[in-house]
This record gives sequence, structure tokens and C-alpha cells, in this order.
Amino acid sequence: MHFEFQVEGGNFSKAGTASSQLKKILKQLNVDSRDIKRVVVALYEAEVNVVAHAYQGVIIIDIDTEKIRIRIEDEGPGIKDIDLAMQQGFSTASELVREMGFGAGMGLPNIKNNTDELTVTSEVGKGTNVHMLINFSI
Amino acid sequence: MNVKEIAEKLNLKVLSGASGLSNEISFGYASDLLSDVMGNAKSGEVWITLQTHKNVMAIASLKDLAAVILVSGLQPESDMAAQSDEEGIPVLSSSEDAFTLIGKLYELLKK
Ligand SMILES: Nc1ncnc2c1ncn2[C@@H]1O[C@H](COP(=O)(O)OP(=O)(O)OP(=O)(O)O)[C@@H](O)[C@H]1O
Ligand SMILES: [Mg+2]
Repeated sequence: MHFEFQVEGGNFSKAGTASSQLKKILKQLNVDSRDIKRVVVALYEAEVNVVAHAYQGVIIIDIDTEKIRIRIEDEGPGIKDIDLAMQQGFSTASELVREMGFGAGMGLPNIKNNTDELTVTSEVGKGTNVHMLINFSI
Repeated sequence: MNVKEIAEKLNLKVLSGASGLSNEISFGYASDLLSDVMGNAKSGEVWITLQTHKNVMAIASLKDLAAVILVSGLQPESDMAAQSDEEGIPVLSSSEDAFTLIGKLYELLKK
């Protein structure tokens, strides 16, 4: 099964929409609730990163009986040092974004903790691609 | 204990999402950092915070939280209240500060 969602950079009022829709889809597919929880945390963080740090993006999702593969590809400033960005506590979030309670530098670590495979690639000045895979437990 | 019982015991105002007052509360999680809640709160918990915008409800819904308590008399922004009504996840308000409220809440919910 294949799904795609658009994400608008800067639009916090819509942040989490794709995650919420995917959660509904996975429930309908009777995916184990523990797996749904992992998927939701990982996708939400990646979705919010596009909203908080990039201009626009697309979420591409492929689901089969054993696993879910999610790609988030954005146009944005990109990430200069991916190893540094992956460290808990590292954030370049703006003051405004921090006041909302984002910018703890925990999003990418949350994605790492909830996925079986994670690859982040980025080109400064162009954009960022986040590829993740979660194997279902049954 | 459900949300309604907690609201009565701690003198909390129900500001929105009243259809979820029978939600059972397993425990609590206190944080104003959204990714901290996303990563560490567990379903059925009540979230204590001073964040008052709509993204709080997006997270509460995605994490299947029982309710949100705003401390120090804070009020939700209107789109936060609207989403709380839609999702049936109550937003409650305490006139007490976080430390005092959480202390009382812990006594009620500790196992
Ligand atoms: N899609 C992206 N485009 C550009 N930079 C990004 C992107 N995703 C992450 N980053 C960079 O990596 C840093 C760390 O990301 P991470 O999600 O861990 O934390 P955060 O978004 O700053 O805060 P939090 O997720 O805790 O609210 C960001 O501050 C930003 O500099
Ligand atoms: Mg983030």
C-alpha cells in the first residue's frame, strides 16, 4: 500500500496531520498497537522537522504485511553536520519555535529510538531526506 | 481514577473536551518540551504543562493521553480548545503552580 502527504514548512497549525492520518490507516489495518506507537513517534518528529526547519516536503509511505517504509524529502536549508544533528540536545530552532516547546534537540534521537533502520542524507542549501524502516512485530 | 474524579479532587476547571471526562488516567507526565513528551509519555497518562497551543492536542491525540492539565491558571488558545473537543481529550486548568499541583497529583496516582 502506498500513501503520500505534503508538508508545509512554517505551518505549525497543520503539524502532525500526516501522522494522525497514518495512525488511523494503521489501526484499520490492525497493525499491533506497539508498532503503531513507534511509527507515530518517528513520523511526527520527521514531519515537525520539515515544518520547523524546512520550506516544504513530501512524505512517501509504503506498507506491506511485514514492515513500513517512510521517506520524508524536503526542500530546505539542509543539515551541515548530520552526526551533530543526531545528538540529543543539538538544535538550531528559532527562538519562536523554542517558545512553543519545540527545539529540545530530541526529535532525531526519538526517530532513531523508534525505527529499525534510519538514514538521513542532506545537501546544504537544497534539502534533507529522511528514510526510515520499521518492522512489524508479528 | 478517571479524569472527572481527578478534576473534582484537585479542584480543576474543565475547559474543553468534556466528552473525555471518563478517560482512565494511568499516571502523569510533566514537561513543556514537546519532543520529550513525544518520546517519553505513555498512553493513558495525564500531561501537565504550561504550553497552550494546538500542537499540544496533536501530541496528546497521537500518544493516546487521557487529558492535559494547564498549570498556573493558563487558558488554551482557541484552536487548542477546539481540537480538544474534537478528540474528546479534556483540557483542565489548575490555579496552582506546576510544583504544587504535581505534588498533589502524584499522591493520587502513585502506585
Ligand atoms: N528537515 C530538516 N531540515 C533542516 N535541518 C534539520 C531538519 N531536521 C533536523 N534538522 C536539524 O537538526 C537539528 C536537530 O533536529 P531534532 O529534531 O533532533 O531537534 P529539533 O527539531 O531542533 O528540536 P525537537 O525535535 O526536540 O523539537 C535541528 O535543530 C536542525 O538544525
Ligand atoms: Mg525536531
